[in-house]
Amino acid sequence: MPDTAVPPAGASILAIEARGLAKHFGDVRAVDGIDLDVPRGMIFGILGPNGAGKTTLLRMLATLLPPDAGSAKVLGFDLKESPHEVRGSIAMTGQFASLDEDLTGRENLILLARLWGFRGQNAKKRADDLLTAFDLADAASKQVKDYSGGMRRRLDIAASLVVTPGVLFLDEPTTGLDPMARKSVWRMIRSLSEAGVTILLTTQYLEEADQLAARIAVIDHGRKIAEGTSRELKAATGSGFLHLTLVDAARVEDAELMLEEITGNKPQRSSEGAALSLMVDTPQNANRALAALIAANIELADFSMGAPSLDEVFFALTGQITEPKNAEGDV
Amino acid sequence: MDDTNSTISLIHAARPPQPSALSNALVFGWRAVLKFKHIPEQLFDLVMTPIMFTLLFTFVFGGALSGSTGAYLQYFLPGILVQTVVFNSMYSGMGLSTDLGKGLFDRFRSLPIWSLSPFAGLMVGDILRHLIASLLILIIGIILGYRPEAGLIGILEALLLLIVIGFGFGWIFLVLGLVMSTPSTVMTMAFTGIMPLVFASNIMVDPATMPSLLRAFVEVNPVSLMTTAMRGVMAGNITAVQLGAALIAPILLTLILAPLTLWLYRRRK
Ligand SMILES: Nc1ncnc2c1ncn2[C@@H]1O[C@H](COP(=O)(O)OP(=O)(O)O)[C@@H](O)[C@H]1O
Ligand SMILES: [Mg+2]
Repeated sequence: MPDTAVPPAGASILAIEARGLAKHFGDVRAVDGIDLDVPRGMIFGILGPNGAGKTTLLRMLATLLPPDAGSAKVLGFDLKESPHEVRGSIAMTGQFASLDEDLTGRENLILLARLWGFRGQNAKKRADDLLTAFDLADAASKQVKDYSGGMRRRLDIAASLVVTPGVLFLDEPTTGLDPMARKSVWRMIRSLSEAGVTILLTTQYLEEADQLAARIAVIDHGRKIAEGTSRELKAATGSGFLHLTLVDAARVEDAELMLEEITGNKPQRSSEGAALSLMVDTPQNANRALAALIAANIELADFSMGAPSLDEVFFALTGQITEPKNAEGDV
Repeated sequence: MDDTNSTISLIHAARPPQPSALSNALVFGWRAVLKFKHIPEQLFDLVMTPIMFTLLFTFVFGGALSGSTGAYLQYFLPGILVQTVVFNSMYSGMGLSTDLGKGLFDRFRSLPIWSLSPFAGLMVGDILRHLIASLLILIIGIILGYRPEAGLIGILEALLLLIVIGFGFGWIFLVLGLVMSTPSTVMTMAFTGIMPLVFASNIMVDPATMPSLLRAFVEVNPVSLMTTAMRGVMAGNITAVQLGAALIAPILLTLILAPLTLWLYRRRK
């Protein structure tokens, strides 16, 4: 990519290289020693529940927050030694829209284009090209405060592309969007990636990480608890999950106790109450679990064996049930 | 953005050369001007209270305080200009607090620009606000019968002094804007702090008529010192001592709070 800031000679093929990054707020270890290697050109996903430290991690990488410990290079530039060069090669779309509500969409983009060094008509042209590409030409002269959530998000991402960044940080790009708007942001992210932009995105949605990211780092309580492709993460959590539905919901607790005793793993109860998912290390364990339930007269309405979903991966890794998929944060 | 070809041409557009710090600062000044264009009602907020004060004091209390409404207006108008500028200097602090709350400053701070250029924009906004409000009040004063003895030169000097005063007081609210979480807290603090300074001053009433304890405060109150200087400038008889006394507060505030503002801004979060 000749049109982005030139990395120092001998820079590695990694877009981001972080070692032991940490940030504490008082007693809260928001980020507690994270290593990260993000190859150039990849969409890399950071997956974690609310409060895991995703935003703090991104803000450090974007030079907005000085790390308490550790170091990182972005496109070969060290965060501490060359923050100005890092800023020249990145763009960040924060979790909360970073736009001027009083100005129009077009004025917001012209403002940024001028700050990047576009002059006069060039700044206007750049703004108009971005508005067209992000399907906002019709709303160009409206004040941003009159934009919908999806429009704001698109403008916010467009604002990160005024100059093509070497690395684009997207902090929860679809949180709070309706499914249509979410799909459209996904398409946008994919086409940016196809055009060669390295993207580091955070998400609370397992489906989103699965859909977009070539590699995923799962973080929780400021630590990286797993990393790999979506497939590797699934494989890392044992041979699979046994899904059971009981005829009699009243016996769910009996079944839970029994299953935990046999397999050593705690079953995950679904919200309806009568369905259980159990991580099983070997098929023999699944057999023994089923046999024990039948012996105890706990009748099954249904059962199946499946490869773990990312939800289950997350459960297996953290021992926590993730938030419901449609739980939406603030816009 | 569904069309990958158009994305590619967008992505591979040339990157412009890095702009100068001055150019960055001017862009933020332009943003301040745009705000006036989009929120014209802001002007109303700027001058509504001082105009009400002017009318109220001149016509209701003026006769009792100075013998005639004309004489009172002549005494009062320079002071109300000081009061207006001191109050209006809170707007950039409120603006800063709003921007910080929205994450807009995160975007600015992640750009490779001169890190203080956003403040240049706040200052441009301040200067415009002070000029617009002062001119409107002067025009109304002149319509009501106010006459600056020093003429146009007096008015120009007065505007300059007002900008210096507003610049000095502005730092208080920039600091508040950086440490307070919401713009409305900044506003409440502003009113609580400024009210006593403005009312226990020589803006409305000659301190000679006040009890001695209050008078002792009024005579050293920076707002009084600035008001005295404003009267002198507009009347064309200001002394160097009066001017110096008026500038103490703005200069001290700038010397102490400007570095504090920058320090707070740089270490934020
Ligand atoms: N500025 C701050 N001051 C104090 N605590 C903070 C601050 N920012 C984040 N935290 C805390 O750090 C932890 C991680 O937060 P964050 O990085 O925002 O997580 P995420 O983006 O994954 O939801 C949370 O416990 C949060 O409360
Ligand atoms: Mg977050």
